[in-house]
Amino acid sequence: MSSFIDYTVNGLVIGNIYALLAVGLALIFGVANLINFAHGSVYTIGAYVGWAAITFLHTPLPVTMAIVFVACALLGMAIERVALRPLQGNARIAPLLATIGLSFVLDQLVQLVCSPDPRAVPSDLPNWRVAIGGVSIGPMDFLIAAVGIVSATLLYLFLRFTKLGFAVRATAQDREAALQMGVNVNAVNSAVFAIASALGGLGGLLVGMYYNHIDPAMSFQATLKGIVAQVIGGVGNVPGAILGGALLGLTESYGIALFGTTYRNLFAFVLLIVFLLWAPNGLFGARSGISAEPLVGTFVAPSRPVRLPRWAVAGLTIAAFALPLASSSPYLLQTLTNAWLAAVLALSLTLVAGTAGQISLGQAALLAIGGYASALLALDLGLPAIVSLPAAGLITAALGTLLVFPAFRLRGHYIAIATLAIGEIVSLVILNWEGLTGGAMGLAGIPPLSFLGHDLDSNRAIYWTCLSVVMIVALLQTRLLSSHLGRTLRAVREDEIAAQSYGVSLDRYKALAFAFGGFAAGVAGAITAHLYSYLNNQTFDAQLSLLALTMVILGGMGNVLGAIVGAVVLVGLPELFRVAAEYRILIYGVVLLLLVRFRPQGLLGTV
Amino acid sequence: MPRRLEIKGLTRKFGGVAAVRSLDLVVDDGELVSLIGPNGAGKTTTFNMVSGLDRADEGEILFAGKPIQRLPPQAIAALGIARTFQHGRVFANLSVEDNVLIGAHTRLRAVKLPLPLIGPLAELALALVRPARVKREEAALRAEAREILALFGDRLTPRLDHPAYSLSYANRRRVEIARALALRPSLLLLDEPTAGMNPTETEEMQTLIGSLRARGMTILLIEHKLDLVMHLSDRVCVLDDGLKIAEGTPDAVRRDPAVIEAYLGHSSVGRAAAEPVGP
Repeated sequence: MSSFIDYTVNGLVIGNIYALLAVGLALIFGVANLINFAHGSVYTIGAYVGWAAITFLHTPLPVTMAIVFVACALLGMAIERVALRPLQGNARIAPLLATIGLSFVLDQLVQLVCSPDPRAVPSDLPNWRVAIGGVSIGPMDFLIAAVGIVSATLLYLFLRFTKLGFAVRATAQDREAALQMGVNVNAVNSAVFAIASALGGLGGLLVGMYYNHIDPAMSFQATLKGIVAQVIGGVGNVPGAILGGALLGLTESYGIALFGTTYRNLFAFVLLIVFLLWAPNGLFGARSGISAEPLVGTFVAPSRPVRLPRWAVAGLTIAAFALPLASSSPYLLQTLTNAWLAAVLALSLTLVAGTAGQISLGQAALLAIGGYASALLALDLGLPAIVSLPAAGLITAALGTLLVFPAFRLRGHYIAIATLAIGEIVSLVILNWEGLTGGAMGLAGIPPLSFLGHDLDSNRAIYWTCLSVVMIVALLQTRLLSSHLGRTLRAVREDEIAAQSYGVSLDRYKALAFAFGGFAAGVAGAITAHLYSYLNNQTFDAQLSLLALTMVILGGMGNVLGAIVGAVVLVGLPELFRVAAEYRILIYGVVLLLLVRFRPQGLLGTV
Repeated sequence: MPRRLEIKGLTRKFGGVAAVRSLDLVVDDGELVSLIGPNGAGKTTTFNMVSGLDRADEGEILFAGKPIQRLPPQAIAALGIARTFQHGRVFANLSVEDNVLIGAHTRLRAVKLPLPLIGPLAELALALVRPARVKREEAALRAEAREILALFGDRLTPRLDHPAYSLSYANRRRVEIARALALRPSLLLLDEPTAGMNPTETEEMQTLIGSLRARGMTILLIEHKLDLVMHLSDRVCVLDDGLKIAEGTPDAVRRDPAVIEAYLGHSSVGRAAAEPVGP
């Protein structure tokens, strides 16, 4: 019984932190219609600013909190200037992509400045604990509760009674109307980002003190948890976000009590999917009579795609195939082999996100499914690669499509969140299904690729194999785009209502896009598994999904050649120029930011 | 003999407001029936329910005797109802020709096998392999799309490959109609086809709709331009505030005091129609 109360207290404390994050996300969503993916980065930076203040300036707690509050408020205003203000009037997903780019940049800067190692956050709180009903509650618990309650109260008073608060609510209800009534919408956005970020930063500090541990990798999970809490409470709903945070904290805490810590995130994401599918308005969202269409709109900027003449494409292909004859540098060949595998992932994503308009932030999960499928077929059934690779492709196509199928009814940003969560769920299932996947230990000793009894062990053979896969997928995809399926998928992307009214079954065509993309990605994942000879649940992580999206945007959404170019540029070039690993993510972030701002149609144009 | 379209007691409420209140309406084969009424009268809501985008709270919609009020939009399109949209919903990044070809989507036969699961996979395979049968069908539909576009003179034909977003507003409306015609509908729903068109363009559109009607097409038309409505319609149904307040031949409706009162104000219809619109 006492342990039940323990878990409840713990759940509420963590829930309070989630609520701080979710409230900020809800405020930002309210005024800017944007899910701020950089919110977790602000939270991390808040934690580090607090750590620096305590460690170097020996500030007392109230001063530390004040410093964090101000620093994060300023950071929030900077985010608004970079990711939101210049993108007004662009495709509605553009600011979201910009915040993803920013989160890459901020997280990597934290890592460069403070090193990726975890840090301890010393706290000068007194050491007493009170026992209530067999549970001991310390000052940290009270502090977190107090910060939560005080900030909720202040926020309520601010929104309810101040002039700026009125302006915030007016902007949230109708941006255009507020603008016409003389509300300075930019100032409102700026203020909201400041408040939201200050709260997020405080959350980071408190978590750091609570666990006495901070590290740069905490950012992504924080963003996800904030989003989950927000969806539970109703996207954009501030009181809902607080309750959503508490509910998420409790669910996680009880989940850990029942199943163990590795299940923590699984509960969060399953909860997210459940709410997205069955109560997309959340617990407290308004239920409107007409189905709401929040944030419809793809990232397809109108453009005329750059058409390379046939001979140029043929020339490049021949050059790519001939390269190993000219150079046998294992470094060059391995680098480009990685680029070809990334290109297959990018091809699958450009079909799903670019052509069919279903922005997927979980595409790397398809690689994981394919990789594990082929590895297990080879290890457990002893199947040769020539059988296990296509089998992995088929399994990925089927499983991947089934997993996203329930999310097909979601639109705009919601499908992006859902695919992100599905990707995380796949990775967590791999982690927890130890009997099949080896859990955190992973799968070792996956046999190398072989063809008719001959192991493909030379760099050249592997290079040619991967390049051939890219070419086959690219040719098939080009053919698909020129068929009736190409125009039908693009019609689904452009306007689901109109497409449906002309007899296009949305589920059918979205499923076909995912199946085709799933097959390609599954084969790429399978090849990767055999090349690495080892897989675990982190081999294909969410960052890879986001990198794939960056490749696709760089090349031009829906553009087959563009996907390959994007993969070579982002995977191949940094390696060839020997950019240190820690700067690469930084480069990806900057590339994404610049693209969204200055060339949303990508290098080769959207199709 | 079932009617082409029979609407019985159709009601749709948004919150407390009834947008459409127990509407009865019949359209027979070969008829052109117009729905008119002030903004907010429930005309587009009716279209949305007939095309399956919105669900009726009460009432029945029979298409050729078959109830369709619970079918999804794609099934209703497959039965042969095509619609255009009030504000224009062309596929912005698709070419004019592809827009029209989407209109013919329900008529694709060669790539569609009527089997669950196997059907979609076969569709993918057939799109990639493209046997002669598939190529022939595609070529035939393409030729037909061009014929349909030729109905609009040289407004659209020179712009076959242009993306729809590059078209003028009036041309986008024409693409909408061309897309609807490509479905070969047995009932065509036109939602304000001349909105945003100048008098010359309106007259062109009137001629086109007239020629469709002369070819025997069944049309339900929403339109604010009364000249066009009175000129083309076999029957006119007047809605006001969700209620049908009058129905009959254009001449009868024109003289109906309730219509004059509710829809046209107090001045006489004859004068309103005869006098040029002010500056």
